[in-house]
Amino acid sequence: MSESHTHPAHLAHHFSDVEQQRESAKFGMWVFLLTEVLLFGGLFMAYAIYRAWNPDMFYNAHKALNIYMGTANTFVLIASSVTMALSIRSMQLDKRKQTIGFLIATLALACIFLVIKYFEYSHKFHVGQLPGKYYSYTGIKGTNPHIFFGIYFGMTGLHGLHVLAGMSAIVWVLIKTVKKKFSAEYYTPVEMVGLYWHLVDLIWIFLFPLLYLIG
Amino acid sequence: MSEAVAEKNYLNDPKGWKSWVFTLDHKRIGILYLASITAAFFLGGVFAVLIRLELLNPGQDLMGPDTYNQIFTLHGAVMIFLFIIPSIPAALGNFFLPLLIGAKDVAFPRLNLASYYIYVFGSMFAVYSIFTGAVDTGWTFYTPYSTETQTSVIPMTLGAFILGFSSIFTGLNFIVTIHKMRIPGMTWYKLPLFVWALYATAIIQVVATPVLGITLLLLIFERVFSVGIFNPDMGGDPVLFQHFFWFYSHPAVYIMILPGMGIISELIATFSHKKIFGYKAIAFSSLGIAFISFLVWGHHMFVSGQSELAAMIFSFLTFLVGIPSGIKVFNWITTLYKGQIHFDTPMLYALSFLFLFTIGGLTGIFLGALATDVHLHDTYFVVAHFHYVMMGGTVMAFLGGLHYWWPKMFGKMYNHFWSVIAMILVFVGFNVTFFSQFILGSQGMPRRYYNYLDQFQPLHAFSTIGSWILGAGFIIMAIYLIHSLFKGRKASDNPWGGLTFEWATGSPPPHHNFKVTPKMTHGPYDYDKVLVEQTDY
Repeated sequence: MSESHTHPAHLAHHFSDVEQQRESAKFGMWVFLLTEVLLFGGLFMAYAIYRAWNPDMFYNAHKALNIYMGTANTFVLIASSVTMALSIRSMQLDKRKQTIGFLIATLALACIFLVIKYFEYSHKFHVGQLPGKYYSYTGIKGTNPHIFFGIYFGMTGLHGLHVLAGMSAIVWVLIKTVKKKFSAEYYTPVEMVGLYWHLVDLIWIFLFPLLYLIG
Repeated sequence: MSEAVAEKNYLNDPKGWKSWVFTLDHKRIGILYLASITAAFFLGGVFAVLIRLELLNPGQDLMGPDTYNQIFTLHGAVMIFLFIIPSIPAALGNFFLPLLIGAKDVAFPRLNLASYYIYVFGSMFAVYSIFTGAVDTGWTFYTPYSTETQTSVIPMTLGAFILGFSSIFTGLNFIVTIHKMRIPGMTWYKLPLFVWALYATAIIQVVATPVLGITLLLLIFERVFSVGIFNPDMGGDPVLFQHFFWFYSHPAVYIMILPGMGIISELIATFSHKKIFGYKAIAFSSLGIAFISFLVWGHHMFVSGQSELAAMIFSFLTFLVGIPSGIKVFNWITTLYKGQIHFDTPMLYALSFLFLFTIGGLTGIFLGALATDVHLHDTYFVVAHFHYVMMGGTVMAFLGGLHYWWPKMFGKMYNHFWSVIAMILVFVGFNVTFFSQFILGSQGMPRRYYNYLDQFQPLHAFSTIGSWILGAGFIIMAIYLIHSLFKGRKASDNPWGGLTFEWATGSPPPHHNFKVTPKMTHGPYDYDKVLVEQTDY
């Protein structure tokens, strides 16, 4: 414990050095991401079981999804991951204004994702392609097509909530960046939010083929 | 704190209610948890006494079948989600993990405080559900009944969902703390065994709890939107809910027992004044239990229409749990052999753990055997087995830990005589209450009924009397513990002669845990190398 040495403001009292603090934050974040994967794991499991039981229905039902909007959203999210990574890189190089720009770009892309999702959802609400007892659409052949939409809305809905959570986290680091809390020496929160955002992106990368590209 | 010269410690420095409500100190958060889980234990205990009172005589005395269903559900849900899961890790673990590894705090103090308030928030949902038509599904919330009953399933499941986050954050914090916050020189094999147990527990908390989260969310969707995933009329499968639920809830029983086993390792070594036998075997058996715990959930579904092949595999895997558990018990007994055993109150709890947990574990093997289980399934035998493991195991270990660390936490000694009386009452009351239930179950008394055939009455009455003895033991315990806070003799820094770091600091410890950062001069159980002075004899 070298408390007599210089003690940076961002170093919490219970860590002995900056390296220990940064390593702990990173490790903690990865463990948290693991819990997120397991949370979605339950839904992936449900997907696998019901698709195995109703292969034809899943094939027929997936055609009701708008593949163009899905593809567009995939590109939007990948682009947002790039801008997120660039914002961390800029902070490492101490370019604060660039960081702010990239964070705002990430937020904008996240908004575009949600807007596209809104159009997809509202179309499905309109034609009655809904979960469970609210399902009123008649154009899909096969057993229990409402199950497909239950899983579709469950998975994309939970993912959408994660997009919102990620956006709030980005706003939080954006404010701190504007307030000059970060520098090339200390940017751990930006990095952590980046890790989270990549996970949100990655989950979509799995959702997209599983839901939109059956066949 | 009425001493003339009030020494500065974490209890009186800093001062003011705000310094408690917004505290980031792991010791204070541990105390907050301790107070909360004690309240939950009291609430769950009242439900338990009510259940036993109804069962004193056949027929309806105290409550009708619907109320009875609600009361036993609340007993289970409160005891599991509000008391036993957070009990040892969040209260004692929070307080002692950083002390045991020589750290100033856990890795994420703010997350630690957040986990406490999330716990309070989730508990409020659970309590709210009690007043708005308490749940009557049993704590397992099985579909399809849980999607149809008119009682307030959603607040209770939402409460359990939120409590899950609290548990995840505690586990995450502990994993990072154990990896990154150990003092230099404390290698993995020099960790106290309680820390190994907390580590294994934290892994289960982090890996299993999210699955419960998604399960409860799906149940809520099912109730609100009738999604149909668990409803056979709509192409769903109610057994899928059981798979999802037990994928969490079976590992969860190891969240409950593993930290208890960790405490027992500490108690046995300290009160035998002997190097623990088979350190690595005990450490790795904790991880072994954590690993196997994920592979055995199907043994809850032997009669739910699971395939015979799956049932056979789950039965076989269930037997494997006996191996690491047995390794622990044998190592503890071997540690006792030729030790200088001191029969202080914490040690009495540790010895009753050995006795009761062995019965609980052995009857678990009976239930894991397919043919036997078909006979015993959903009888009082299961109830008795579960309580021998959870109460005879975890609660005994928790009480042992509480009496062991009480002088460290509050700087006060409790009354020795009354603590032994209470311990005897708890031990006797427990066995009277639950051993009779093994016999009831093997004779065919089904669980979860408010009524029974006349032939079961003597044993039911016996069990109810046991619940009163247990209650008396706990009341005496509450009195002498509270009394000790105000009138207790001042405890020394190391009353039991322990070698782990928490005994090297003040009782109670100062705000930053140690006045001088401790140094690794010996292992946690080096009684063969270090002479420790016991100050409390």
